[in-house]
Amino acid sequence: MKNWLKIIAVFLLFYVHTAGLLFDVPRLNILNETIRALYFHVPMWFGMVTLFSISVYYSIVYLRNPTAENDRKAVENANVGLVFGILGMLTGMLWANYAWGSFWHGDPKQNGAAIALLVYLAYFILRGSVENEEQKARLSAVYNIFAFAAMIPLIFIIPRLTSSLHPGSGGNPGFNMYDLDNRMRMVFYPAVIGWILIGIWIVSLRVKMRTLEDKIHDIEDEKIH
Amino acid sequence: MIFKLIHKELLLELRRKAVISGIGLYLFSLIFICYLTFSLRENSINEATWSALYWLAILFSVVNSVAKSFIGEKKGTFIYYYALASPQAIILSKIIYNTLLCLLLSLTGYVLFSLFIGNPIQDHALFVFTLVLTSFGFSAALSLISGIASKANNSNILMAVLSFPVIIALLLMAIKITKNVLDGLDRSASMDELLNLFAINCILSALSYLLFPYIWRS
Repeated sequence: MKNWLKIIAVFLLFYVHTAGLLFDVPRLNILNETIRALYFHVPMWFGMVTLFSISVYYSIVYLRNPTAENDRKAVENANVGLVFGILGMLTGMLWANYAWGSFWHGDPKQNGAAIALLVYLAYFILRGSVENEEQKARLSAVYNIFAFAAMIPLIFIIPRLTSSLHPGSGGNPGFNMYDLDNRMRMVFYPAVIGWILIGIWIVSLRVKMRTLEDKIHDIEDEKIH
Repeated sequence: MIFKLIHKELLLELRRKAVISGIGLYLFSLIFICYLTFSLRENSINEATWSALYWLAILFSVVNSVAKSFIGEKKGTFIYYYALASPQAIILSKIIYNTLLCLLLSLTGYVLFSLFIGNPIQDHALFVFTLVLTSFGFSAALSLISGIASKANNSNILMAVLSFPVIIALLLMAIKITKNVLDGLDRSASMDELLNLFAINCILSALSYLLFPYIWRS
């Protein structure tokens, strides 16, 4: 990752955290100050979906060109994406406690998000239970693609079909394009970009680390033989 | 080739009667346990519970029965198939065969539910059509996942863990249609869900078809 992108990411998040907590926000019924959750909760899902998409991309590349490098990238993107997903879930639950009155409300969006996390937890269980490295990489790539495609209707389509309390769907006051006013956009879009950049940065570091670890293992193996 | 493979599956299934009767008994015991634990008398169960119980029983018996399509087979037979048929022919034959199996299980489950717990369904034709669609979707998704799980160590647990999140979308649609059918709504009310179900089936079967060759190679 280029250095100037890292600087931009850090700068954007500094800006988002100060502006998100201090700037003026529109007064809406029920939501009140909790509307600020938008700056911290929604970017997590953007980050998660971006990272999972990159992970699926590398899984497809892996099936065409099986190298350890592609597998590593697929795994680490899924790994960091899962962390983003868990953070998104926690921030969402915190918000739901104030806006809806309970942490878990059984809303279609919450259920969809929980299932998305289940898919990737299952992905890591699968990786843990295959011993052969090459087979592990191939099977998990296949499952990654399959599960991602089966998950899309779940988190993007089904919540739109059913009535949901989640802002932005079912006519609830929310942050959709009609009432997300310009002041909020000035913070929201930088937040999304900043978090996605941070995610990609973490992934690149982890991939580097894994590459070095694998190299160390190879060298140790050679010493023994 | 596909028909020969399906024929082979059927022959094998009829030859190993213990397996198929084992699955039948599994379904029967599940439903009987539902019946006993709720200590049900006629019509003492509300419709939402009926649908939940029905889909749970079907889900578990289907996952267990399709799991054996790759997990049960010996290493030698894999190599034999590998030499004989293309992976596409194998996955298609498995999907078609498993669809029949799932449909048989769902219908048996339906009959047993009507017998023990009662039958509040109002539109039988639509419900059976839903069963056909879900059977196809289940078998498309589970055949591939059974192929994945068969290569790993703790196959049986893995089978359940990997398949549940993938088939939840299918299950949610099916449950919604069941609810409409139980409430006696008009058929046009379920049209959206039927189309969704069909679309999800298309996605799942296309993916299985495309991805299976990669897990078959090893």
